[in-house]
Order: sequence, then C-alpha cells, then structure tokens
Amino acid sequence: MFGLFGRKRSKDHVKERLKLVLSYDRAKLSPGRMEQLKQELMGVITKYFPASESDYDVKLEQHGDRMVFVANLPLSQADA
Amino acid sequence: MNARAIVVTSGKGGVGKTTTTANVGAALARQGEKVCVIDTDVGLRNLDVVMGLEGRVVFDLIDVFEGRCRLRQALVRDKRVETLHLLPASQTSDKSALSEGRMQETVRMLTEEEGFDRVLIDSPAGIESGFQTAASAADGALVVVNPEVSSVRDADRIIGLLEARDITDVRLVVNRLRPEMVKRGDMLEVDDVLEILGVKLIGIVPEDERILVSTNVGSPAALDEASRNGAGGAFRDIAKRIRGEDVPYAQLQAQGGLLTGLRRLFGGG
Repeated sequence: MFGLFGRKRSKDHVKERLKLVLSYDRAKLSPGRMEQLKQELMGVITKYFPASESDYDVKLEQHGDRMVFVANLPLSQADA
Repeated sequence: MNARAIVVTSGKGGVGKTTTTANVGAALARQGEKVCVIDTDVGLRNLDVVMGLEGRVVFDLIDVFEGRCRLRQALVRDKRVETLHLLPASQTSDKSALSEGRMQETVRMLTEEEGFDRVLIDSPAGIESGFQTAASAADGALVVVNPEVSSVRDADRIIGLLEARDITDVRLVVNRLRPEMVKRGDMLEVDDVLEILGVKLIGIVPEDERILVSTNVGSPAALDEASRNGAGGAFRDIAKRIRGEDVPYAQLQAQGGLLTGLRRLFGGG
C-alpha cells in the first residue's frame, strides 16, 4: 500500500475515494443524508442506552453485488 | 460477444468513444465482418472526420428517421475496407429528432435486411436522450473508461443504466493507460478499475500519440498493421475478442522509466 519512502501512492488515494463515492452513488444517498441518518439513529439508540457519538461508525459497504448499511454501535463498558 | 448491435459509451466525454468505435469497427471489418458504425451524436458529428469519410456524407441518420432518404442511401462506404460502412449523425438537427423506435427499426434493418454482421453505435457523452436512444437499439455494450476518477465514476453510472435496460453483455475498454504512471503508483491499474466497476474486461489501450496522428489524417490506427504494439494493435485485439477469439493481453511496457533503464543496464527484458 505504501511506496518506498512511506508515501501513499496517489492511486491508492483515488481507489479509496472512488470506492467511497461509488458506494454513496449506488445507494442513491448523499454523504450529507448519511450524516442525518446517523444523527437520527443516535437519537433512537440513546433513548435505550447511553452512548457517545464518537463511538459510532456508520457506513455503506459493498458485499458482492449488494450494498450493505453497516452500523457499529459499541455499548459502553459501564452498562455492559 | 454474442451481441450484434453494440453501443460504445462512457458517460464522460473525451475518453475515446469515437476513437474506439472507429478503430474497433475498422478492425472488425478488416477481419472479415460486414460492419456498420452509427454516429448518434446528433448536432456534434465526429465519427465521419475521425474515419476520414467526411467528404462523402450525403444523407444522415435523421434523414433516415424522417424518411428523406432510404437507409441504404445514407450509408457511406469506406474506401479502405469494403465491408465497413458509416451511418453519420446529423450536424444540423438537435437531439429532439432522435427516436428510440426509429433507432431500433434502423438497427433491425441493418442486421436483418442489409446483411450486416455487426453494428457499432457510437453514443454521445452524457446519460440523457442521446445515450438512451443509442442504448435502446443495442444488445451489448463497450464501456470506455480512462483510469481516472471522474471517468470511472461516470462509467459506474452508465453500467447501472445499461443494466436497467437489461443489456447484460457489457465489457470494459480501459483506454489511455500510461504504463509508466501505473508503475510508479500514480495511475489506477486495470485490476483496480475492474475491481471497482465489477465488469468484464475486453481491452487495454495504451495512451499513444499515433492515435492523434491517425485522426489528423482520417485513417484509423487499427488499419495500420505495422503498429503492432500500441493503441492500433490493442483495438485489433478488442475486435478479435468481440469475435470470440481468445487473445492474451499484451504486457504494456513503461517507456524510459527508472526500472526499465536499470533492467536494460543489467541486460534484462
């Protein structure tokens, strides 16, 4: 992934950026709407157990032919 | 490819649709097929000049659509390859003159009544009516893509639209690849593009100055048998693969890079 001197090659950048933007394109969802979805999801989740936004990770992933919405919501240690 | 009517498309402009249509069409004809290339970029006709046939255009696609001439009258026969024909776009009409029904009927007549083995349809850039009309008559597609962020994104969109039209025989032409940039990690590799787009490959065409020279003089590079490696040869290989031949992919050499220099120094390839 990294070149001779630890420099990330520009093609690795473009590949990552393309994968991300195409996942939004294919899901017909803009990154801004995704952020809204995340906020609303946060609101619902925190009604049931405490959590901080920094622990949240929501993203779209390509699994074979399908786009999958992945939400990673770890419970905080105190409540587990 | 089983498809007989193949739309050449890309979404983004300037990636080589017309060059690909002219060269693959010429190569298919040289290899023995009776080929018609159709320019559907109404208002921005260019396939005629790229092929060097601009001086012999009398009627055009819209004349055929609107009954001002018979289909056969609008066909321009190539001077170099007898089995190659061009159906030019109109330069004066606009895209509102296009019709999916007429397009489908025209392609049907070419394959069923005029005896054409293959019809290549050069699509305009974009995803609007021009592209839709071009795709409406096709049962296969060549998607031309440059290894570059906007071209790959637009290709993905086009592939989705082709799928929506139930065109499943879709193959990718990676055009204007620069091996020396790939080698130093500054250009997407073919495998990267295939992984991102999830479509089968049919050709890798290197960036090649001779393409501009060939369009300057109006003679498709694929007809220059002397150019073995380079874009002309790559287009000939694409034609062979369309015809079902199993042609191995030529190893593209980076020219004059540090690595090749070193390898030369030590007597390697």
